[in-house]
Amino acid sequence: MTVLAVTATERAEFLTFVPLALLSVAAAVGMVLSRNAVYSALLLVVNFFCLAGFYVLLEAQFIAVVQVIVYAGAIMVLFLFVLMLLGVGSEDVLKETIRGQRAAAAVLGLLLLGAVGAALASGGFGSGSGSLAAANQGGNVQAIGRLLFTRYVFAFEAVGMLLVVAAVGALVLGKRRA
Amino acid sequence: MKVGTNAYLALSALLFTIGVVGVLIRRNAIVVFMCIELMLNAVNLSFIAFARSAGTLNGQILAFFVMVVAAAEVVVGLGILVAIFRKRASTSVDDVNLLKG
Repeated sequence: MTVLAVTATERAEFLTFVPLALLSVAAAVGMVLSRNAVYSALLLVVNFFCLAGFYVLLEAQFIAVVQVIVYAGAIMVLFLFVLMLLGVGSEDVLKETIRGQRAAAAVLGLLLLGAVGAALASGGFGSGSGSLAAANQGGNVQAIGRLLFTRYVFAFEAVGMLLVVAAVGALVLGKRRA
Repeated sequence: MKVGTNAYLALSALLFTIGVVGVLIRRNAIVVFMCIELMLNAVNLSFIAFARSAGTLNGQILAFFVMVVAAAEVVVGLGILVAIFRKRASTSVDDVNLLKG
């Protein structure tokens, strides 16, 4: 058995991964199935926090913090704000517009999962886990910053432009015609 | 007991599938949006798992850009939703059928 060979770090990763994975899947399923859209939003926040935990496990500390601040913070506040603005009372209609849509969706979902699972099971990616110890030397934030402002500086500027356009677009969309 | 890249990829695939099924079965446009966010996050998870497996930070940078684009997308999408709600007083995706043939 390889159980005896695992190091303390690997055991810690395993013991963190399993509960977080269960919690994140449960939160995602609950989000899809919940009738109330506010519950959906709150369960999505739980899921985002779990993902931040995975990012820490995967040696992506900067992305983990950004995940909590941007996703669980800013984006979900925006979602809840719009939810409250448009009225929570508008519950989902139970009537299916297309007959058998739910069953078809479940079948398609299982097919998709089967396809991706088959790709994974074919062993294309191996079961090993690399290490970012060399790349993260001197700090994850520093390393990401260095990459962002050298190799990816054009993408960084383009994405800044995109954010400006999105902000102006939201302003135009939200403006009430006089 | 070792958590390899495959475990993260399998979890990512599972979350992505849940998001797809959510988009297909939910009628509330805001919840459909949340399911899209779930899918984007599932992809981010696989990006970051691949980054560790490859030993470089490029995957993390890509995940960062995905987050920025997702933020822009949410801002515009919710703006459109509010504009539609003003006209139709509903957030159900079935009510927006003007282009239906």
